Amino acid sequence: MLLASLPFYQLLSFLLLITFGKKLSWQLAAIISVSSMALTVLASTILLFELSASENQILNVNLWHWFDLNHALGKSQINLSFYLDGLSAVMISVVSGVGFLIHLFAAIYMKSDENFARFMAYMNLFIVAMLILVLADNLVLLYLGWEGVGLCSFLLIGFWYHEKNNVLAARKAFIVTRIGDTSMAIGLLLLFNSFGELNIAAVTTLVQQSSHSVSGLSVEQTNNIYWIALLLLGGAVGKSAQLPLQTWLPDAMAGPTPVSALIHAATMVTAGVYLIARMHDIFILSPEVMNYIAWLGAITLLLAGIAALAQTDIKRVLAYSTMSQIGYMMLALGAGAWSAGVFHLMTHAFFKALLFLTAGAVIYALHHQQNLFKMGGLLKKLPFEGSLFVVGLICLMALPGSSGFFSKEAIIAQLWSSNTAGPLLWWCAILGALLTSIYSCRLFFLAFMGTARFSDKTHSEKNILLRSALIILALLSLFGGLIPLDLTLVFPTELAASIPEILEPSWLHTLAILTPFIGILFSWFYFKKYRTSRVVGSEYNLSASESRLVVFCRQGLGFDSLYSLLFIKPYQWLAEKNKHDVVDQVIMLNAWYISLWHDALIMMQNGSLRWYLAAFGLAIMLLLGVSFL
Amino acid sequence: MTTIPLFHVLILSSLLFLIGFVGVVARKNTLFMLMSLEVMLNAVGVAFIGAGSVWQQADGQVMFVLILTLAAAEVAVGLALLIRMQNKYRSLDIDLLNQMKG
Amino acid sequence: MFENVASIEGLFYFAGLVAVIASLKVVTGNNTVHALLYLVVSLLAVAVCFYLMGAPFAAGLEVIVYAGAILVLFVFAVLMFGLGADETKNAPKSKSLANMMGAMLLAAALLVEIVVIINNAEMQQSLQANVISSKAVGIMLYGPYLLAVEIASFLLLSGLLAGYHYAKPDATGGDL
Repeated sequence: MLLASLPFYQLLSFLLLITFGKKLSWQLAAIISVSSMALTVLASTILLFELSASENQILNVNLWHWFDLNHALGKSQINLSFYLDGLSAVMISVVSGVGFLIHLFAAIYMKSDENFARFMAYMNLFIVAMLILVLADNLVLLYLGWEGVGLCSFLLIGFWYHEKNNVLAARKAFIVTRIGDTSMAIGLLLLFNSFGELNIAAVTTLVQQSSHSVSGLSVEQTNNIYWIALLLLGGAVGKSAQLPLQTWLPDAMAGPTPVSALIHAATMVTAGVYLIARMHDIFILSPEVMNYIAWLGAITLLLAGIAALAQTDIKRVLAYSTMSQIGYMMLALGAGAWSAGVFHLMTHAFFKALLFLTAGAVIYALHHQQNLFKMGGLLKKLPFEGSLFVVGLICLMALPGSSGFFSKEAIIAQLWSSNTAGPLLWWCAILGALLTSIYSCRLFFLAFMGTARFSDKTHSEKNILLRSALIILALLSLFGGLIPLDLTLVFPTELAASIPEILEPSWLHTLAILTPFIGILFSWFYFKKYRTSRVVGSEYNLSASESRLVVFCRQGLGFDSLYSLLFIKPYQWLAEKNKHDVVDQVIMLNAWYISLWHDALIMMQNGSLRWYLAAFGLAIMLLLGVSFL
Repeated sequence: MTTIPLFHVLILSSLLFLIGFVGVVARKNTLFMLMSLEVMLNAVGVAFIGAGSVWQQADGQVMFVLILTLAAAEVAVGLALLIRMQNKYRSLDIDLLNQMKG
Repeated sequence: MFENVASIEGLFYFAGLVAVIASLKVVTGNNTVHALLYLVVSLLAVAVCFYLMGAPFAAGLEVIVYAGAILVLFVFAVLMFGLGADETKNAPKSKSLANMMGAMLLAAALLVEIVVIINNAEMQQSLQANVISSKAVGIMLYGPYLLAVEIASFLLLSGLLAGYHYAKPDATGGDL
């Protein structure tokens, strides 16, 4: 069956590349990895058709039995089996579609890298893990994929491991997401403990049965569900770079640009959103946690937007923008607008991949210059990249007609009347949209308008494959909003849709649509110096503000230093104090005791025959003495 | 039946044995150690003969004969080793032979 | 006890005393040859004890094998060593008979004792009474103790081989 083989094209390619690695020429490695990706795309397209043709919009395949888990309620089978429904179909189309385009881009972008095969191998492995995550029919398999993508993220951020900063960023990403993963693992254990099942469908049925039964949920069950939801949220927060585990994402931009596009914008970071959407039946039963999700999303959205305003690195702007957009998705999930959140996930994957890849092309054209204040006037010098970037930004700002518009408006529209969200969060979302348009304009003005603030010649990559990949992404970004996304079978219990009784003021939609334009208008005047050509003497005098507030924002609103103060410093202090390991000392006591005996015995084994004889005599004396006693 | 009490015989035997033992342990000269060893073997012989005579059994003397052969063999090997040692170390000091320490 | 000096017990104690004194001199002595002589005396005294305890065969063996053969072996070894340096240093300077006096005196005392025993008919009588004959010993040796005798013979053979091997000079013997 096609579904069963979906992750294996990539796995095969990964194995080939990692085994033969450096022996492969660029052409061969590129062909292997990209064609396997193309196969995946083909297979998932066919699967989408199969799915829409199938009876209940669900495809299921069981590869093999993995292991059994024993529980008081009975044995739970953990199988290596895949489950395809509307939600995972969206995910696989995003992963394979965007993944394919990014692979294509990466094959050209990374051409000159000496470890090209290793890079592509990691990318392939990432796709494998992501597909497993998305297709998993039980939470254990999902966790396998979850950890797999974390591993690939680590490997790819630290891909250029010769530079210390990259390694540090990789380590940070790994450790911070590990905190979330631990929380998720505990959540899974608790879930298994309470329901005796880890199969997603089975858990869903169990939860629904017990909540719809006459007696309803017991207090203990409600309590358990609250904690399970909270712990799963912890995992999602870590993976999706939401408050308070968001600090790793900006640093993760140390990796190659295709990695940032694939993993840290389009797919992996949305895994948290996917997890919550997948487990929505549990979350629905815990409105408090839904509320937390909404607030977390809203706060992240605003903080990331503010931080993005102060960045000087083009990729970091995009990273903060990713955080803020995922904040939108979380907000949507928290408000119960599941399909809107997933829809935004999809459109965001398109336009953020486009933005990252275009940014990558720009960076490449400028000889690896990432500083916005060293760019400027690029629209004239790189018209192709510039116009694609504009497309991406239009979607990011959600100007009417673009894909971002549809998804973001869908989210905002459901916030006001949602049980778990409300007008306050609606205003947050609007404010976020305003911030989005302002930082987008700032980014655009700095990089593409004004005077060129660099001296080197640009060299635009004119490869037809690379350009076609970008163009396809741009088309997807523009028209992706028109893709009909019917997830009512997956999310039959849309909260917002079911509660229309709260009256919404009529100006809501108008304001929501107008907000980006307000932002653009504001920036048009506020960032005037960025967009106008101004050369004083021969120097390019534009530089980032160094005021305290700006620096504070640029460093991600001080979360890094806060965590350093709260966790890292005390831990290091503890490690310093415990350098000799108290527990180890106790264990070493044994060693010391044994070595004491050893020394004593060595002293006895002095090689002197007379000494031995004396010991002999002493022993006989003792024996005789004992026999007398 | 002899008139010598076994107790006294055994005391004599023990005295000789201990003298020999002290010699073996205290002397550094290997030749003297060998001689002290002879004294010790002799002391054991006294004990056997005494016991044999008290109980009027020939076994005691048989044992003595065996001890005698043992002593002869031991002296032959021991002295040969001493000659060896003298050749190698130009000394009979037993403390020179302490390379086998742990 | 003094009235019994001439009895078997008295003689036994006397011989035992001689053996102890001679053994002490062996252990404490500095001169190798002197120590050997004291050892001879000690062995002879023990032989007398054996005789008094009714084991004339053992006494004879003691004199012949121990004092005769084994001690001669010692003397030969000492001759081969040419007297170790540490021993000659400690040895008295004068080579008069006085140095041997102790051993000689003890030996003389033993001689007197033996003569007393042989001359005293009554004592001979009582000694004869509880003697264990060499015949009985022989029967035991080649009866129940045959295996022990065989083992002893092997022991002697191995002693012979070992003595021969170890005492060989390096030039002809090769490595140990």
